[in-house]
Amino acid sequence: MAEHTVKAFDEDITRLRGLIAEMGGLAELAIEEAMQALVNGDETLGEAVVARDKKLDALENEVDAMAVRTLALRAPMADDLREIIAALKIGGVLERIGDYSKNIAKRVGRIEGRSRFEPLTLLPAMGELAAEMVHDVLTAYAARDPVLAREVIERDAKVDAFYDSIFRNLVSYMVENPATISSAAHLLFIARNLERIGDHATNVAEMVHYSAVGTYPPDR
Amino acid sequence: MVTEETSASAPKMCTRDVSVFYGEKKAVDTVSIDIPREFVTAFIGPSGCGKSTFLRALNRMNDTIASARVEGTIELDGEDIYRSKMDVVQLRARVGMVFQKPNPFPKSIFENIAYGPRIHGLAANKAELETIVEKSLRRAGLWDEVKDRLNDSGTALSGGQQQRLCIARAIAVQPEVILMDEPCSALDPIATAKIEELIDELRGRYAIVIVTHSMQQAARVSQRTAFFHLGRMVEYGHTSDIFTNPREERTKDYITGRYG
Amino acid sequence: MSETLAPTRTPAFEARLRKRYAAERRFKLAGLGAILFSVAVLVFLLGTMLINGAGGFQRATLKVPVDFTTVALTVPQGLDQAAAMRTLESQGLPEVVSFAAEQALGADGGAQIGADGWRIVAEQLAANPELLRGRHEFVLPASEDLASAFSGDGQAELQPLARRLAAEGKLSNDFDPGFLTRSDATDPQQVGIWGALKGSMLTMLVTLSLAFPIGVLAALYLEEYAPKNRWTDVIEVSINNLAAVPSIIFGLLGLAVFLWMFPNMRSAPLIGGMTLALMTMPVIVIAGRNAIKAVPPSIRDGAMALGASPIQVVFHHVLPLALPGILTGTIIGMARALGETAPLLMIGMRAFVATPPDGFTDPATVLPVQIFLWSDEIDRGFVERTSAAIIVLLLFLLLMNGVAIYLRNRFEKKW
Repeated sequence: MAEHTVKAFDEDITRLRGLIAEMGGLAELAIEEAMQALVNGDETLGEAVVARDKKLDALENEVDAMAVRTLALRAPMADDLREIIAALKIGGVLERIGDYSKNIAKRVGRIEGRSRFEPLTLLPAMGELAAEMVHDVLTAYAARDPVLAREVIERDAKVDAFYDSIFRNLVSYMVENPATISSAAHLLFIARNLERIGDHATNVAEMVHYSAVGTYPPDR
Repeated sequence: MVTEETSASAPKMCTRDVSVFYGEKKAVDTVSIDIPREFVTAFIGPSGCGKSTFLRALNRMNDTIASARVEGTIELDGEDIYRSKMDVVQLRARVGMVFQKPNPFPKSIFENIAYGPRIHGLAANKAELETIVEKSLRRAGLWDEVKDRLNDSGTALSGGQQQRLCIARAIAVQPEVILMDEPCSALDPIATAKIEELIDELRGRYAIVIVTHSMQQAARVSQRTAFFHLGRMVEYGHTSDIFTNPREERTKDYITGRYG
Repeated sequence: MSETLAPTRTPAFEARLRKRYAAERRFKLAGLGAILFSVAVLVFLLGTMLINGAGGFQRATLKVPVDFTTVALTVPQGLDQAAAMRTLESQGLPEVVSFAAEQALGADGGAQIGADGWRIVAEQLAANPELLRGRHEFVLPASEDLASAFSGDGQAELQPLARRLAAEGKLSNDFDPGFLTRSDATDPQQVGIWGALKGSMLTMLVTLSLAFPIGVLAALYLEEYAPKNRWTDVIEVSINNLAAVPSIIFGLLGLAVFLWMFPNMRSAPLIGGMTLALMTMPVIVIAGRNAIKAVPPSIRDGAMALGASPIQVVFHHVLPLALPGILTGTIIGMARALGETAPLLMIGMRAFVATPPDGFTDPATVLPVQIFLWSDEIDRGFVERTSAAIIVLLLFLLLMNGVAIYLRNRFEKKW
């Protein structure tokens, strides 16, 4: 793609994309570490994840400010306009993904007797799936690749399937072992957070598609 | 935000394979475009792309240049404006034009507006002429500013007022189409905004075609946009589509500032 | 840390700057000098003219008192001036006047009132018959010999007489308004400029009414309608050259063509006017074309875009805007035509015309020719009259230009 006649415009867009990439990296890391803390019962790691979420929030504010400034000063058109709008929305979504990871990390200390929990073994797999979705959608963003974006959207079905099965599992476990209800409830919430992360990753994928092609993917 | 319904009626002007030559040089290359009667159509493109030349072909103003030659068909309500017996004076009364630099006649404001109706015999007496002048000035949004000084010279007005005077002058002969060749490029932002508002008010009553260098203006004012490049028309469509998701690479490069 | 000075702050630059200012001062002084020189020449010319010509508006007059109570002269009622004068002549008025002159001025003085002195008395009596009832002092022009003796030239014998009469208060130089109402004559005391003035006016009228419309229409056609091809180029070059042709050639043309067409009208303002119109037209065409070219194309475009036909564009918009420029060209052309002598001499407008022309086809002369003819005369009295005639010519020119400039300013203000 040719460069803008006004070079500063190119620099602005590059910086904006850089910020999104940075946010994406942090969000991915947050999911991985939150799941790791959960599996190992590592509360210290959990607290670190919670603390690092502030950085993600700060980055989101920076993305907002940068996008508004570019809109005001550059009056972008066509794909530049879509790019800025996409960056604005993706920034918000990545921040929410970070919040879900934070939520997961917070629950690490509340779960007792983890070695006995059978459903606990499913969660890491679900988390890996979600993390992969986030990773791949960010790759699609960097490459402006609508095909990869659509492929990520399709993967959300698997995450949803995971959630359904973990839900049923946990509910029947809670019925059989009423003493573990509070811990099981936490696990339920964690699963739900992962499912939401998957949904949000598809939101990002839709914006990537829109930015690249100009339309949203069908069956939105 | 203006809604962009599809055009309900037949286009006001149809052009097919129009080429304009200055001697040997081809300034406009086989342009085919329909001008809808109820919308504002914008022509955008870099300098020298032929958009002004094409605009001037629509009311046969190119006839004044000795070396200019027009090929192809241009129709107004189905009638070929070059080949048929249509009188060029009558054509120019039906298709009016506003120029880039405001050019009021060095006469009074009243005389400026009254000139057109007078030479075409549109008023039977002085009272009718005064009515036409008032109506035109009101439609152009200038009446309140000049109603007390109709005998002042037209050239004593500010740039924005002069341009609105020229628009009122064009309206006074009751045209069907108004062609505007970069009407705001010599004006400050406030005067520009007033003219754009005026164009919005005139839409629907007249078919308007505006050539503009400012893409923001084309985006604000028009419902259909045509992008010209090196004499050809590269893309034509709804304004919002052109500016959010153009089909052609050249269009995209131009409107995002990647051109040149 | 050394700081390099910007190139426009070095001493070398400042030295060059001073030289530039010095050159400018020199240029201004040269311009001022040129203007002062031109003004000095102009003042010298005008001054000389005025000094020489002031005397031309005067003439030497003798005061002759006539007592009509002692003579039996009557003017019957209801007669026009010529008939009344004839009646008085037949009644012996000339002798009465001669006798009265001798009485008043002496025998030698009486002879100097000239043979036609009585006519002036008769004119006044015919206009005012009550004078016959009493005494009246008439102011009669002195003869040319006495007049030149009075001013110090001429015959030496008459000078004592002139001195005596002047000492008695009977001979003096009076302001002579008749100079502006009389026509050409052989006697410089009797001569007047009105004949030539009227001839000039009539000729200018003919010139203007021919050259202006033809010139303006030609300019309009060449600028607006003529196709841009070799023929129009040839025409344009021809007209430009025509403006530079020596005026005497137009005289030859007038002689060959106009006088061949109207052989009876030699010396008529019509022929003279036509000849001068040929000379003036190219100037108007050139000025007209430039003025029309200067009309901004945006005005034409604006008018055409409204649906004005080409003729309407020209007459409603282009011509009014070009009119100041056209009028300027007309002023220049007419001023030149007013002062032309050579072509009019060629076509014979050099006749001695004692009565002013009545119409365009009567014999007439024009101011510059009259001046030329008078300057040839031997009589000393004509010298002052010639300068006076030049002053009249200049005033006429000023008046004509003034009218044209007024018209031009009016058109410029209006638009």
